[in-house]
Amino acid sequence: MRRLGSVVGAVGLVALPLAPAAHAQQPVTLRVAIIQQVDSLNPFLAAYQASTEVGRLMYDYLTAYDAKDQRPVEGVAKSWEKSADDLTWTFTVPDGKKWSDGQPITAKDVGFTYNLMMTDKDAATANGSFVANFESVTVPDDRTVVIKTKAPQASMLALDIPIVPEHVWKGVGKIADYKNDVTPSVSSGPFVLSEYRANEFIKFKANKEYWRGAPKYDELHFVYYKTVDAAVQALDKGELDLVNRLGPAQFDSLKDKSGVTLNKAQGRRFNELVLNSGAATKTGEPIGDGHPALKDVKVRQAIAKAIDQDAIIERVNGGYAEPGTGPIPPVFPDFHLTPAKPRAFDPAAANTELDQAGYPKGSDGIRVGADGKPLKLRLTGHTSRAYDEQAGEYIKSSLADIGIAVDVQLVADTLLDEQGVAGKFDLIFSGWGTNPDPDFILSLHTCGSRPESATTPGTTDTFFCDKTYDELYAKQGAELDPAKRSELVKQMQQRFYDEVPAIILGHDNALEAFRGDTFQSFSIQPDPGGVIMAQNGVWGYYGAVPVAAAGTASSGPSTWLVVGIVVVVLLVGGGVLLLAKRRGATAGERE
Amino acid sequence: MTVAPLVESSPRRGGSGLLRHVAGKVGGALASLAAVVVLGFFLFRLIPGDPTVTMTRGRQVDEAQIAELRALHGYDRPILEQFGKYVGGLLHGDMGTSLFYRRTVAELIGERVGPTLLLVGTSTLIAVTLGLWLGIRGAWRRDSAFDRASTGVALVGWAMPAFWLGMLLSMVTGDLFPSGGMRFSSTPPGFWPQALDVAHHMVLPCLTLIAVVYAQYQLVMRSSLLEEMNADYLTTARAKGLRDDQVRRKHAVPNALLPTVTLVFLHIGLVVTGAITVETVFSWPGLGLLTYEALAGPDLPLLQGTFVVLAGSVIVMNVLADLLYQVLDPRVRAS
Repeated sequence: MRRLGSVVGAVGLVALPLAPAAHAQQPVTLRVAIIQQVDSLNPFLAAYQASTEVGRLMYDYLTAYDAKDQRPVEGVAKSWEKSADDLTWTFTVPDGKKWSDGQPITAKDVGFTYNLMMTDKDAATANGSFVANFESVTVPDDRTVVIKTKAPQASMLALDIPIVPEHVWKGVGKIADYKNDVTPSVSSGPFVLSEYRANEFIKFKANKEYWRGAPKYDELHFVYYKTVDAAVQALDKGELDLVNRLGPAQFDSLKDKSGVTLNKAQGRRFNELVLNSGAATKTGEPIGDGHPALKDVKVRQAIAKAIDQDAIIERVNGGYAEPGTGPIPPVFPDFHLTPAKPRAFDPAAANTELDQAGYPKGSDGIRVGADGKPLKLRLTGHTSRAYDEQAGEYIKSSLADIGIAVDVQLVADTLLDEQGVAGKFDLIFSGWGTNPDPDFILSLHTCGSRPESATTPGTTDTFFCDKTYDELYAKQGAELDPAKRSELVKQMQQRFYDEVPAIILGHDNALEAFRGDTFQSFSIQPDPGGVIMAQNGVWGYYGAVPVAAAGTASSGPSTWLVVGIVVVVLLVGGGVLLLAKRRGATAGERE
Repeated sequence: MTVAPLVESSPRRGGSGLLRHVAGKVGGALASLAAVVVLGFFLFRLIPGDPTVTMTRGRQVDEAQIAELRALHGYDRPILEQFGKYVGGLLHGDMGTSLFYRRTVAELIGERVGPTLLLVGTSTLIAVTLGLWLGIRGAWRRDSAFDRASTGVALVGWAMPAFWLGMLLSMVTGDLFPSGGMRFSSTPPGFWPQALDVAHHMVLPCLTLIAVVYAQYQLVMRSSLLEEMNADYLTTARAKGLRDDQVRRKHAVPNALLPTVTLVFLHIGLVVTGAITVETVFSWPGLGLLTYEALAGPDLPLLQGTFVVLAGSVIVMNVLADLLYQVLDPRVRAS
């Protein structure tokens, strides 16, 4: 019985320090779910979306994207001008901005960062493509940065490169080995890293020195959840304040929850169905085993006409998507394509066109090409995505209506990637996220991004290779007049739309939810219709306004529950020990 | 008198024989470990997908960069050369560097071992205790209402998929327990608040793990005790006038314990792997979750590392079970 007494005593000790903890003044904290892994906190290495987003909290870029319409606005630099030949850019870093350790932010920090990336391969890991075209970066004085480029570069006001403090980073040895998890971080952005526990959470404190003014709350915590389901539950229970990447069903499940506010935003992602229009290497040597009929643009157009995109959006996306035309989503209106003659859903017309193009139906109702090969296509999708399964079945039945048989094959992501880059598919699901600058997403369809050989994968998405498209691509890359560039980009997408190397099935809405009872508002981008998380910038986190009286000390009942559990565990454990001890004692006596 | 093997642990008798036995077991374990290393290396290379391409997916890279990365990680070398380098590294305690995290595999695994051991250790301890107790009680009162009910419940738990049960528990318990992770980010840093918070977070994953595994301990214990039930020495013990409780505790159970102990040890090794689903459901930052993430890459060095560690733990536990058998069972010792 003495043991039991000591157990109870221990429980008492455990419970004691809890009381003050529960009543202590808690800092006002925004807790955000993070689902994707952060690969690195080192901004020169961090490549994943979650990592770059975290990086932006600490380090401003040279310019920022406006919250309202994503136009370039003040970042580290306040103003800029370019030379008449479009090759030299001069940026001005204003006086008065400070790093979180009180040191001034100067043009030297910018020069240091860019030059490091141009001279150290490791530093170019994540964002090297932005400086690949740089001739030189010089800093004539503390306020001025001069960048000379080898050729005109359209993305000069969209250089997504975190500027790091020279006085900290000049002491870093090998960039590839540097984790950058020292706390507190020296930040130019609105937050300072205060604690990092890999796989558990990343904590930030408000940067009081931030040049736009400190955030309106004390701390920002990113908490890891392995699944969105778990994060949705955590939001529902009040353990979290903000969650994104919700699926339609998860979004709908939160509709009637009290205290939860939903945000349905225009997204930057699209789903597409890639048609193997003739996979080949850079030199034009065919690879893979795509169905020959898909090389015929008439067949591809007929397939596009036979698929009712609105129905897919309604049934598979639960209505949470916008119809697709070209790769660039409606959220970027300057570049989004509205086709002159939209392709209507019209299976009858598709049937007629296929009849005329020389694909008569065989006895089994399946069309046959001139080479005698029936139009039986494989459709490859991800086992991990419900979208692929549902949309796959829908496309199968749609194409059956025009005499094309489809065999839906769902495979592991890695296998799908392998088949995709090797051209071993007929139809395959794919998808991309897009940036405000359209260059990268457009480059995926140029001849030059096809692979060197069948065994070295290229960066192409569709194996599309079209002279007209490539010429337009080169032109838009060198066009610095926004209106003219926008026109060129739309022409490229029109070409893509007409040639159908892929069908853009829809642009997913970004679905987010937050605790309206702890945070009353967030800055969205673009405004209206925009997102809180995964912005081009950190306006969402920076502009969050806490509910005035919202204290976060809501751990009352659960604390007592924990005490209860500990009591039970200790009692059971103590009991077991007691038994063992008793048995041991008698056994010992017997010996 | 009868045996009391639990306290009789002196291995003095037959010292050299024991040494040889231990050496044999350890040698066998090392051979298995070598096989695991070979298997792990070649097996994961069968996973489709180019790790270098996967690594750079969604990033703006050109082919020269990809080729360079491939060369950096040695993926352009002949496979046997890669293997040689890998084994060489392992012998120096270097398990390589994760492609995704750009940190050493040893460091990553070291970070995750703690939470897994805590979760798996606690739940195994409770599951074993619970299983043995229920098994003993059930066997002693065979076919009683208690026996039938407890066996039925155990089998239902055993039949349930861990991820399903986990999600169900999380939903049914409402706000009582956190939905995932190991601690709240806002918990104060002191020892007690942290410990309590971790305990609070551990309840559901622990319950899930216990519910799906304790049945086997219970059933093995129950059946091995049943085998002893009609033994003559129990009749003798009863004839001496010992209480029923004493007969069970001091005579029957120690003899019936052997197969269960073996099972427990074999299972501890496996349980580390078995925690993958539970760690995923509850976002528990452990080894299982790390393996799951490595598979998605595929992050080859990390996969190989976790494979060696997980398989290694099974092997080590096997050896321990073998050696413990020596201590527990005089018959094994004598032979």
